Amino acid sequence: MRIIVCIKQVPGASQVEIDEKTGTMKRDGVESKLNPYDLYALESAMRFKEQYGATVAVITMGPPQCEEAVREAFMMGADEGYILSDRRFGGADVLATSYTLSQGVRRIGDFDLVICGKQTTDGDTAQVGAELAEFLGIPHVTNVCRIHSADTGKVTVDMDMPAHIETSEVQFPCLLTVEKGIYEPRLPSYKLKIATADRAVNWIKLDDLPDRDANHYGLNGSPTQVKRIFPPENHQEHVMLEGRGAELGDRLFEVLDERKFLQKL
Amino acid sequence: MSKYQYNPVTPADIEALCDIIGAGERVIAGPAVGEDYCHDELAGIRRRPDVLIKAASAEEVAAVMKYASARRIPVTPRGQGTGLVGGAVPLEGGILLDLSGMNQILELDPDNMTLTVEPGVLLMEAAKFAEDAGFLYPPDPGEKTATIGGNISTNAGGMRAVKYGVTRDYVRGLQVVTARGVIMELGGKVAKNSSGYSIRDLIVGSEGTLAIITRATLKLVPLPKYKISLLVPFPDLVTAIRTVPEVIRTGATPTAVEFMEREVILAAEEYLGRKFPDHSSNAYLLLTFDGASKHEVDLAYDHAAQTCLRAGALDVFISNTLERNESIWSARGAFLEAIKGSTTEMDECDVVVPRRSVADFVGFASGLQDKYGVRIRSFGHAGDGNLHIYVLRDELDEEQWPRVLGEVFDELYARARELNGQVSGEHGIGYAKKSYLGESLAPELSAIMAGIKTVFDPDHILNPGKIVE
Repeated sequence: MRIIVCIKQVPGASQVEIDEKTGTMKRDGVESKLNPYDLYALESAMRFKEQYGATVAVITMGPPQCEEAVREAFMMGADEGYILSDRRFGGADVLATSYTLSQGVRRIGDFDLVICGKQTTDGDTAQVGAELAEFLGIPHVTNVCRIHSADTGKVTVDMDMPAHIETSEVQFPCLLTVEKGIYEPRLPSYKLKIATADRAVNWIKLDDLPDRDANHYGLNGSPTQVKRIFPPENHQEHVMLEGRGAELGDRLFEVLDERKFLQKL
Repeated sequence: MSKYQYNPVTPADIEALCDIIGAGERVIAGPAVGEDYCHDELAGIRRRPDVLIKAASAEEVAAVMKYASARRIPVTPRGQGTGLVGGAVPLEGGILLDLSGMNQILELDPDNMTLTVEPGVLLMEAAKFAEDAGFLYPPDPGEKTATIGGNISTNAGGMRAVKYGVTRDYVRGLQVVTARGVIMELGGKVAKNSSGYSIRDLIVGSEGTLAIITRATLKLVPLPKYKISLLVPFPDLVTAIRTVPEVIRTGATPTAVEFMEREVILAAEEYLGRKFPDHSSNAYLLLTFDGASKHEVDLAYDHAAQTCLRAGALDVFISNTLERNESIWSARGAFLEAIKGSTTEMDECDVVVPRRSVADFVGFASGLQDKYGVRIRSFGHAGDGNLHIYVLRDELDEEQWPRVLGEVFDELYARARELNGQVSGEHGIGYAKKSYLGESLAPELSAIMAGIKTVFDPDHILNPGKIVE
């Protein structure tokens, strides 16, 4: 079994600063880290590897320093690393990013499963996973909150929908995007850091891809025009419940049930 | 009961105190005093004060003390009541002086790197205020809702003691009110001081028995920008703890060195409903490093990681982001509540032993489980030798529990003495640990402590029945 995990390096700070004039994120002098949602994708892949036997490859797109993210994935147990890095990939929107990744995945070759985090903490669109699956022509399940079982041909997963949980069985090859909290991600291992220090990563340039038409990548391949970008208003919702004890208890039960905090035993 | 005689609080006293305070709602007498004011977080000891006074200024405190000493009424100062040894319980009734309302942050002096606060400011408020200005107030006791006044009164320690020391190391100056109502300034913003006896240092850790703290000037350090934690699994606790002195001796000093066992981690997982990043090993060390640059922190942890692996660690897990640190430290923060939740009642021994003897002491404590048929859990600060050993009551009945607890505690404190340890590392003596302190002090030292108490408080009205009284 071969699993490909899509990862991304994002700004390390919890507050992302945005240059409102240029509409881009301020990345200068900001520490980077592996996108926190990707840790759940990596952890899911590692559980597959431990349970069913698999090799885990990670793929990322970005400037050369995103090798750090791949090295960190090695420290969590990934076996291979691929980096799509080419100036001509720069300025990609969601569509171009998904397309570039799909080309990268095709370049890697055979696979059974692609796992993505639900979204990134910088772009926050949560669209790349699904679009990548479309480009690859494979089925996908997003917002996976539980993986039940897998065998040679398929995997059974729970999908966290707004009002309910949907259990789906999907044939390999397929793509899953996993929810935060599906598992507690393991920490990077110092032993693996030492053991993988000399492991080569595979650099992929535009000319290495099956489709070498530069108009399909980067800014050229991006139909999305960013008009303006600004931080969202930070409003925290508070709900006050009023009433008598038993009545309040019922209301509280409803609220918790609506939010799926309750589980039938 | 104290050997000293106190006058009961009369209606005339209440009236006089109301006149002093000048605001009726800050003087509460008799049964109107809320239940919360009758105890701290130590189970089993309660006493209602005759009158609760919510002080608003040093001048008020001074006026109350003048009146109380003249009338020989006991006065027990209180912050947030988060203490664990009954320190803020008014054993003799009298006046309970609540200082939690004196909660203003008065000044942050960036050039002298000091923060001046009233005693009721919470630890978390002071820490946040300093941090927002680019400074660190290093003492980091687990109870963040304790007041600074309470922290100073118990010389609270906390996680970062290995590198930074304890509360006493960060108290530059104090304003206190004496038992007879005189306002005094002790120390100040000066960084050095060789001017006679350090009364300030005597007040720190005196648990409200010598004077009442009404203002504190705290020392700050520049805020380290980078932090990393290492979670280090070991095959067993003894191997883990034996590694600590070498980690601290060689290379950069970690800010914190905590030890934890699998069973405590599992209890925390159940309590939080959330998994710890790893629980496959029997024992763990949790090391934290901080520094001004990523490079500095990376170097520091690399050295420590190699030392741990040489000493028998199974691996070294690196926690280098907010999310990862949160996954570890939220569990670490829940240990106490998790253990509490797993039993009916418990009591804690917070001895401190020399760093080298930690493994010995923890092994000894664990061995008492079979001997007394009782569950004992521990986790704590392996780096500074301050241990938190919890004896769990579980199904022991009313008769068995105090007996077994007493016997186990006697053994623990006796062993700590043999290892040249001390009765309390950070919680203080208060009421609960008085007898153990008495046993551990040489008679001459007890006499000196009693003498100091009398000099400060000739009428013995300040927090009677605590520490050496």
